[in-house]
Amino acid sequence: MASDQTQLIHGLNAMAAGLVLLTAFGMVATRQVQGVMRFFIVQSAFLAASAFLVGFSRGSIHLVALGAITIGAKVIAIPWVLKRTLPGDLYERREIDQVINIPSSLLLVLLLAIAAEFLVGTLVSSTTDPVVHVNLPIGLAGILIGAYSLIARREAIPQLVGILAMENGAFFAGLSIAPDLPLIAELAIAIDVILIAVVIGVLTRDITRTIGTTEAATMSELKEEPQIWR
Amino acid sequence: MALMIAVALPLLAALLCWIKPFRAFVWGITVVCLAGSFAAAVVIAAHVLAHGQIIGIPDWFEADGLSALVILLVSFVCTIAAIYAGGYMHHGSHQPARLWWFYCNYNLLVFALIVVPAFASPNLVWVGVELVTLFSILLVGFENTPNALEAAWKMAILTIMGAPISFLGFLALYWAYHLGGGGTMETWQSLYASAAAMPSNQLKFAFLLVFIGFGAKSGLAPMHTWLPDAHSQAPTPVCAVLSGIKTSIPLYAILRLLSIVLASPEARIGNWMVVIGLVSVAIAAFLLLQVRDYKRMFAYSTVEHMGIILTAAGFATHASAYSAVAQMMNHSITKSLCFYTAGLVLMALETRQINQVRGLFRISPFAGGALLLCSLAIAGAPPFPIFLSEFSILSAGLKSGHVAAVIILAILIVIAFVAIFLQVNSMLFGEPSQAAKPAVAPRSSRTAIIIAAAPIVVLGVYIPGPIHSLMTLAAQQLGGH
Repeated sequence: MASDQTQLIHGLNAMAAGLVLLTAFGMVATRQVQGVMRFFIVQSAFLAASAFLVGFSRGSIHLVALGAITIGAKVIAIPWVLKRTLPGDLYERREIDQVINIPSSLLLVLLLAIAAEFLVGTLVSSTTDPVVHVNLPIGLAGILIGAYSLIARREAIPQLVGILAMENGAFFAGLSIAPDLPLIAELAIAIDVILIAVVIGVLTRDITRTIGTTEAATMSELKEEPQIWR
Repeated sequence: MALMIAVALPLLAALLCWIKPFRAFVWGITVVCLAGSFAAAVVIAAHVLAHGQIIGIPDWFEADGLSALVILLVSFVCTIAAIYAGGYMHHGSHQPARLWWFYCNYNLLVFALIVVPAFASPNLVWVGVELVTLFSILLVGFENTPNALEAAWKMAILTIMGAPISFLGFLALYWAYHLGGGGTMETWQSLYASAAAMPSNQLKFAFLLVFIGFGAKSGLAPMHTWLPDAHSQAPTPVCAVLSGIKTSIPLYAILRLLSIVLASPEARIGNWMVVIGLVSVAIAAFLLLQVRDYKRMFAYSTVEHMGIILTAAGFATHASAYSAVAQMMNHSITKSLCFYTAGLVLMALETRQINQVRGLFRISPFAGGALLLCSLAIAGAPPFPIFLSEFSILSAGLKSGHVAAVIILAILIVIAFVAIFLQVNSMLFGEPSQAAKPAVAPRSSRTAIIIAAAPIVVLGVYIPGPIHSLMTLAAQQLGGH
């Protein structure tokens, strides 16, 4: 009986993992700022679901707390904070510029996900825990995809969401390999993530006020000009 | 107790700067609290010298030799930068109404800087380093000019991108610690104790991720591109703290982790550190030749010194660990002096371009003398401490058998020396190009420069016994055989 239940939980966890990866693809494929944000919220919810499932199967109160913290911070607090600090037109229906167009981006992101699987190959082979086998490669893929969207997008809010998606990936991988971190560390980390969102939100607001745009591509005043020594 | 005081005082100062009735005295509050924090750091160092370590809250706040030295450096540099800020921030175009915000933020940054070496648990060190990054981003963008905001944005993207990567690294470290049969509380010391039992694959994975994330924050090439922008656009006292000590803080965490990885017999990564360090030194040395802005020049010199420290740590002997610690200390105190001087030049001439500054000695003998002193010291000329530590790095490298690396490092150091000298030479001598009226630097800024210059002059010829023993203790924590 017990093994049936564990099997079910592992199956559900694998499904949550697949959906986390799918929402990461979704973030790359969306053209609108609000859409990216929605995918991020959904991804955070699946991350919390995975934390609850693994926490339940291992009887770990830490992971349940982590899931609750994730919902509190990423599904509720961060979207609310961003909505408050940022002027509305930044947040709503804006089209985003990309350096690389969306179909090619999706192909690259797919390659990144495959690369992540290979990168952790030697690490997961040392354990038989199925949760590690699922969560570690997909979490790493989440980090890489977030980093990709950070580089490819030239707009402040999608870049911030890219960073937060990287955090999601790190948490997703982490809940399988470090299930019993001290609670204080987890709380501190959650507060840190919110602070990151606040700081970048404030910075974005200042940039819009002073420079008038949040397209990072237009900011290229500071650089080293090559010169021949006098 | 002293440890808790050293951590709490900057936090108290930040709180006081935020409360409205105190906003008229923000500078005084900051200087007094940080000086108190420095006094506490001296007590910590004395206690560590006598007992080997100091414990604030067991398993949470602890300091050994390395931590005590870093806390001492942080509080020293930050106190002097606060004194310097008194004159600098009232000079020029800063809005007085926002000064409290500057000091509040500055104190929070100092708090985060002190708390990182005081934390015993690696996971909390990650939190501390992220706090350092966030507060410094806000300070870089403080002036709210388009250039400052651009610098802050670049810094935010590149350094915060490292946060999730290094976070997964610390979780993987925890994983390795548990697979190696570690206990419930993960501290630097328990990690070091069980290093040999940890699986080397997990350990290397953890180190790689932390190195990518924190290397970007400490300005190691190729993730250094944000550093010259941020360190040239921030208000000068902040530049001094950022370049002098903030870059060393993530490096401190990297060095701690490196000592754990080096203690594991299968993970051989010392030589990789040497290579990556040399790449940073090389990139910085050649950029120093073509830089046009003197604040950027000192910023590139920071990249160079971070590379040198990493190279020294990669040699992985006890002698090289000692010289890496010495280099870290000497770089902190010298580089902050460089930025104080650069701020003086900026206040007098209102330009950051090297080719618009001519005949500084005639315009302002004090600024000229200080610039000559600090650039000699930072480039590593003989009677100054950086010369000593660079020399001992080279000799430690020779003894550990890294002959090729030592030769390359020596050549690159000479190139950087020549580059800094050509640049500074053109600023110091010659006819003043404009009819500049000799601007008098604020008294607090001149005082700060004189205090900051004192240890540089002294440490080059004489290292006091306690400081030597503290550095030896710190080098022991960094391991090496």
